[in-house]
Amino acid sequence: MIRNLLLASAATLGLATAAAAQDPTEACFVYVGPIGDGGWTYQHHQGALAVKETYGDKVNVRWQESVPEGADSERVITQMALSGCDIIFTTSFGYMDPTNAVAAKFPKVKFEHATGYKREHSNVSSYNSRFYEGRAVVGHIAGRMTKTNKIGYIASFPIPEVIMGINSYYNHAKAVNPDVELVVTWVYTWFDPAKEADAARAMLDQGVDMITAHTDSTAPLAEIAKEGGSAFGFGQASDMSAFATNDDGSMGPRITSIIDDWSPYYVKRVGQLMDGTYEQIDSWGGMPEGEVVIGPMTDAIPADVQAEAQGMIEAITAGEYHPFTGPMFNQAGEQFLADGETIEDGPLLGMNFYVQGITAEIPN
Amino acid sequence: MDLSAIDPALLVAALMVSATPILLAALGEMVVERAGVLNLGVEGMMIIGAVTGFIVGFNTEVPALGFVAAAFASALLALAFGLLTQVLLSNQVATGLGLTLVGLGLSALLGKPYEGMKAPTLSQIDFGPLSDLPFLGPVLFGHDPVVYLSLLLVLVVWYVIKHTRVGLILRAVGENHDAAHALGYKVVRIRLAAIAFGGSLAGLGGAYLSLVRLPQWTEGMTAGAGWIALAIVVFASWRAGRVLIGAYLFGGLTVLQLNLQAAGVTIGVQYLSMAPYLITILVLVLITSGKGRGSHAAPASLGRAFQQSR
Amino acid sequence: MVRLEKRLNPNRTVAMLTPLLAVLLTMLAGGIMFALLGNDPFEAIRVIFWDPLFAEPFASYSRPQLLVKAGPLILIAIGLSIGFRAGIWNIGAEGQYIMGAICGAAAGLAFYPSESPLIFPLMVLFGGLGGWAWAMIPAVLKVRFGTNEILVSLMLVYVAENILAMVSTGVLRNPEGMGFPGSRNLGHWDAASNPELIEGTGMHWGVALSLVVVIATYVMMTRHIRGFHVRLAGEAPRAARFAGVNPTRIVIFCLGLAGALAGLAGLFEVSGPAGQITIDFASGYGFTAIIVAFLGRLHPVGILLAGLLMALTYIGGELAQLLLGVPAAAIQLFQGMLLFFLLAMDVFTNYRVRFGTTKVTA
Repeated sequence: MIRNLLLASAATLGLATAAAAQDPTEACFVYVGPIGDGGWTYQHHQGALAVKETYGDKVNVRWQESVPEGADSERVITQMALSGCDIIFTTSFGYMDPTNAVAAKFPKVKFEHATGYKREHSNVSSYNSRFYEGRAVVGHIAGRMTKTNKIGYIASFPIPEVIMGINSYYNHAKAVNPDVELVVTWVYTWFDPAKEADAARAMLDQGVDMITAHTDSTAPLAEIAKEGGSAFGFGQASDMSAFATNDDGSMGPRITSIIDDWSPYYVKRVGQLMDGTYEQIDSWGGMPEGEVVIGPMTDAIPADVQAEAQGMIEAITAGEYHPFTGPMFNQAGEQFLADGETIEDGPLLGMNFYVQGITAEIPN
Repeated sequence: MDLSAIDPALLVAALMVSATPILLAALGEMVVERAGVLNLGVEGMMIIGAVTGFIVGFNTEVPALGFVAAAFASALLALAFGLLTQVLLSNQVATGLGLTLVGLGLSALLGKPYEGMKAPTLSQIDFGPLSDLPFLGPVLFGHDPVVYLSLLLVLVVWYVIKHTRVGLILRAVGENHDAAHALGYKVVRIRLAAIAFGGSLAGLGGAYLSLVRLPQWTEGMTAGAGWIALAIVVFASWRAGRVLIGAYLFGGLTVLQLNLQAAGVTIGVQYLSMAPYLITILVLVLITSGKGRGSHAAPASLGRAFQQSR
Repeated sequence: MVRLEKRLNPNRTVAMLTPLLAVLLTMLAGGIMFALLGNDPFEAIRVIFWDPLFAEPFASYSRPQLLVKAGPLILIAIGLSIGFRAGIWNIGAEGQYIMGAICGAAAGLAFYPSESPLIFPLMVLFGGLGGWAWAMIPAVLKVRFGTNEILVSLMLVYVAENILAMVSTGVLRNPEGMGFPGSRNLGHWDAASNPELIEGTGMHWGVALSLVVVIATYVMMTRHIRGFHVRLAGEAPRAARFAGVNPTRIVIFCLGLAGALAGLAGLFEVSGPAGQITIDFASGYGFTAIIVAFLGRLHPVGILLAGLLMALTYIGGELAQLLLGVPAAAIQLFQGMLLFFLLAMDVFTNYRVRFGTTKVTA
């Protein structure tokens, strides 16, 4: 009971004096899936833990998992603000409108929304990650390594983030292997291990030997493992290093991975809030910021390909190379990037067409 | 579009593996419903089987033990449902839904330490040169033991229900529990046994997911398979053979639509993903509107509570 | 020996007391679970059941939220309960809820950005119609071909979910949303929004309707011939036929009503608390409502209370996660236990427990 009173009064105080110097800063996180999903939510939680690790007693980290998008999320975010959170990270696209709605009612609390574009109030920032930079690297590796010239992409929903990933993956494979053919299967889910495995199986049975997934589970990698080393895949969101070697010590299906690392961003923003340099921003970080990381490459990748991939990573990290650099054409053959021109963030964020060479059509 | 890329033998082999979890779970649920009990908690029992199978398989490194433990754990959970519905006479629909909540919650708590780990998995049975036969090789001689076990179970369940005294009693209890009671059969005990059997098969189905199909443990990994198993039972009009057809048809449609996509068929992906459900409805309408409708009827006492001293 | 003897009339006092006992047992079992997970059990139970109602700063916000969360549950559960009473097993309310939301939102969005006062009534109409039409599929198949409605209605949930994904990335996608999935936010468009009717109460049109429906259903089931027919069809189908009850009409009526109410619940949710059609709009209300219907013993007032209790465990569960770091799975398990204990206690309402060595005739 006493603890409750303390808690409640601390919360009210927290509301009144948002960032009193000696109180620990309250950093709160809303997750769309369970922390144990091994992918999207797991990585955000790693970022949250990194905040705690960095600032120790000066910060209190709290979270809530498996929060449905829509009405439930608005309530959860409001309860967080009421409970004294100083900064709230909402980590799924579907939280965009609820985040902005709650932000209007709590002007002293800072809100950070992942993967969206609305910043209706001065206390709302948005942040995202340039996953397509990672797709470029694995596309290059896939194009160089495929023996059947068929590479696969397990796609979730036809939204710009997925479509730009597909384009980036395909373009960089084709650049090094003009004969490469892309196979896309839409599973219409972010998380259904059995269906993801079925999708991988369908591709493998049709001769696809390099697969990247835009879904959360490790099931596609486990399915690829059954091919006994004739097909490979990539870790998605987290490193998935368990699949780097098989139980018998042979080379596993995961030859590298695209890791979403949110820690640098979370640590930076909470730090800015504590030292008073916090400002509203729209952040879209990638390899230069350490938010997109290519996991350790295994020796299944030939040394020269590893070196090329490393070179591309360094070029992107140094800002010398943009994966969407012209000339580029859409499927109808119309040019949308002139020679040497790099794409603007706006059109990239809204990308809803395939590039030239992909034979499939986008659903709808 | 390149339909020649689809190899029918590989397609059939893939659908057999893909359908095995729902086949096992649906077969178990069919027996339960034949005894007159509707247990909507298949999803919960499957996921408890998945997590138990994984934990035991991981720690003992013997996948077979994982399957045994999964069958026991899910049977135990099913008996909780049995206690509530048969002894305390609670409503079966609501209790089944509650069972799913409990199963999902409990499995997530139990499985926390095992996320992201790999379990030892069952390997294919070695049939020697038979596996290299064209078409028949991959379809008949290229699977792990549980695929064959599931087919054997279909046969056993069919035989027992149709041709044995045990099956007769089970059907009597499901069709008219009052008459069965009057004949001196222990209705509640028989139903509890059926519920436990159904639970153990659902557990095997779940363990197949976590130990063979995917091999991994992830929270919520059954992702609705239990609900599909329930649908298959009704689709099969409570016949073991048709449960097999239903499970393979359903698994087959999912596998087929993904294969069509991979082969570059561009006719509305979203229509393809809802096709399995629509075709299930269509087939159901066809079989119920055809001849001999009476033979497709549900067990007469399905879902009704039995109370002894009436 | 222990045996059960059916009560001629369910005992009212027991009916009132058993839910309390069930909640107490859940607190006990749940407390043990929380203790095993390393939380203070007393604190966890208090945060779930007490804080959302009485502890500031949460209570003044979460009390109205109870209505917001319970509203759709009650509305759907009432519709389902009438069918369940008649022996019609519609377990696809989730699909009807989704289709109601899609049809209602689409009807409104077709006229964007008109500010006509007719828009919202039109959306309500189409929301109800959408859910009704989706429920008519299993109804017609059952009447015409004898197809089992459990399976058809359940299958149609998956079809509806696919349609939801399709329209949120397709026809209903916000043209100003930069290609992202999801419709325009109806809450930002006055003509189509379903706001709180009185500030700070949580009461929106859907909650208001659910209260009206509770009363109307109570009257229908107890005072009206239609209610009598529904009960008769469920309890004694053969007698019902002799009494001139047309089974076809009962099926059409029950499924249609349940579908329309679920559709309306979807529409009020999408135009109010949720705001927009998105891929993840469906949040399981249709399935949870089945639980609510049975917890409320298929009685309108019981459903009202069960809906509020269910909403309390959701909101309290969220607070427990936030304040105490209890995992979401533990809350799910806790809800499952509560349900089990409530159902187990039912036996004492309908049956008398006899102790002693009675000769059982079997």
